[in-house]
Amino acid sequence: MEPISVITGQMAPMPRANVDTDAIIPKQFLKRVERSGFGPFLFYEWAYDEEGELIPDFILNQADYAAAEVLVSGPNFGSGSSREHAPWSIEDRGFKAIIAPSFADIFYNNCINIGLLPVVLTDDEVAKLSEIANDPDNLVTIDLEAQKVTTIGFEAGFAIEPFAKHRLANGLDNIALTLEHREAIDGFEQMRAEHKPSLG
Amino acid sequence: MTTPRTMYEKIWADHVVRDGGGTEPDLLYIDLHLVHEVTSPQAFESLDLTGRTVRRPDLTLATIDHGVPTTGRELGIQDPLSKKQIDTLVANCKKHGIELYDIHDIRQGIVHVIGPEQGITQPGMTIVCGDSHTSTHGAFGALAFGIGTSEVEHVLATQTLPQTRPKSMAVNVNGELPLGVTAKDVILGIISRIGVAGGTGYVIEYRGSTIEALSMAGRMTICNMSIEGGARAGMISPDEITFEYLKGRNYAPTGAEWDEAVEYWKSIRTDEGAEFDVEVHLEAADLAPYVSWGTNPAQTVAVTDAVPDPSEFEDALERDAAERALVYMDLEPGTPITEIPVDRIFLGSCTNGRIEDLRAAAAVVEGRTIASDIHAMVVPGSGLVKLQAEEEGLDLIFKNAGFEWRDAGCSMCLGMNPDILMPGERAASTSNRNFEGRQGRNGRTHLVSPEMAAAAAIAGRFVDVREWN
Ligand code: SF4
Repeated sequence: MEPISVITGQMAPMPRANVDTDAIIPKQFLKRVERSGFGPFLFYEWAYDEEGELIPDFILNQADYAAAEVLVSGPNFGSGSSREHAPWSIEDRGFKAIIAPSFADIFYNNCINIGLLPVVLTDDEVAKLSEIANDPDNLVTIDLEAQKVTTIGFEAGFAIEPFAKHRLANGLDNIALTLEHREAIDGFEQMRAEHKPSLG
Repeated sequence: MTTPRTMYEKIWADHVVRDGGGTEPDLLYIDLHLVHEVTSPQAFESLDLTGRTVRRPDLTLATIDHGVPTTGRELGIQDPLSKKQIDTLVANCKKHGIELYDIHDIRQGIVHVIGPEQGITQPGMTIVCGDSHTSTHGAFGALAFGIGTSEVEHVLATQTLPQTRPKSMAVNVNGELPLGVTAKDVILGIISRIGVAGGTGYVIEYRGSTIEALSMAGRMTICNMSIEGGARAGMISPDEITFEYLKGRNYAPTGAEWDEAVEYWKSIRTDEGAEFDVEVHLEAADLAPYVSWGTNPAQTVAVTDAVPDPSEFEDALERDAAERALVYMDLEPGTPITEIPVDRIFLGSCTNGRIEDLRAAAAVVEGRTIASDIHAMVVPGSGLVKLQAEEEGLDLIFKNAGFEWRDAGCSMCLGMNPDILMPGERAASTSNRNFEGRQGRNGRTHLVSPEMAAAAAIAGRFVDVREWN
């Protein structure tokens, strides 16, 4: 996981509510056993027609937004399944952050776990950003340390849990962090109730 | 006197390996980790790459459900990608000593059906799976939630998960359910009330006399769809119905251990006077058989209603979502639900693929035939559900009516296998998600109860089961 400090890049506006994981990465692409390579299938059914031809109007198909690194969308982004393939596909497409008024819980955690920065702003702030993003030349800057989003004529702070921030800023392996508490886990297992079932 | 606590608080407290002290997440011990083929290969790969091992294979159970074909299994798996994914799980389980119910095992089935069926899902446990409908297991009074693949790897390696504590919500449903109104309708009613993000950041406990009167199957249907209301977990306090269900199952304790377990299970019920962060109240008498009309599970109305007019929605994003949904669903505002014809019927999934669901649907179907041009199928939730149904002759009832009788799996709930809707086809489905493209590109999904799906199969359109004889 790459550490995140300041992200400066182009925004792609997608002002819809409840963008779900089936829309982000449809099931036919979940059969891969690899972790990378999901980017081309991102928002597949919005990006390609039934014949597999590119739909030119779709925001991410527009040449002007080809280099976008920050997705700006509506509330309850990432609702639906737990598939980590959803944030993987967004990351694989070159995005470094997603800004929305709210995220689905599992999706939000998945983003933190892979180092894709989820930023929660208010409805009004997101609406304003979305408008600013309509001009593809307007870049946005997200400063994780300062917890601040700035762009032309716009500045807003955002909240993030200190520990999630710490992990993102340092690109920390969560499993290694937990394994530092190996003794506590051993201890817990020793007092774990007898009647708890085990398959062994 | 100790402060009254909710079941969720008690289970959480009983599993804290390390207290994060408010600045870090708590480290929670995981009692059961369920694994399936789609969300695990990358976790196992990364585990191998970092030289880590599975800490507790004996607390890990795997099955194959999402990508399996539901017909012609003797021919093997035709889709090379699905085959590779399934072979990968088989190899990973073998390598790490994890028990797997493979495609030829009678116990194979949807991950959220087999845990309870085997009695491995028990009250007071923490249960995770790389699948959002893990909330189903909360019906037993367990804290059960879906996780992503990085977390799957984390649990494999450590049998723990760092978690920030969600808030608690009580959803109280009281009164006797009107005739024809099922557990599925209760949860659809709850979701249309709280909204698809209403439960975000919360663990829901379903309470009240309506919930207490439900069978375990009904309780599982309700907890299953907690995630459709945005909540990662939904739970119901364990009681005699729970214990009765568990007794004698494969992994249920026996003898003195059973008594000890029941004692503990009783102690985890929410205490009288415990406080929730939010409380919601519904009356069973106000509920009806529901049919979803849109592309999210809150876009639902009673079968006696009509497709709403987007202009009725005050919120701009909701209005926009409704407009978009009606275009996708090819529906006109004002159309009575009972005038919507259907092409396909899907009876199954972890929401409604248990024996009780099949019995309820069979009772509607018995002695009738499905409408011409309808393609209907029944996909039992597990091999054992299928076997049980065949012993009861339900398969014949369905087959005589014109339904296809399939093998167990997720099937058309998400269409990762060949069971998908064709573009433009409209389905009455007992599953849990009606998202765009969920059951097949440009396929149109209406979420309903098993009884409503069965009646729609016979009539060729939605009908009110309450007027069905
Ligand atoms: S039946 Fe559907 S919702 Fe349930 S686990 Fe399978 S794909 Fe997911």
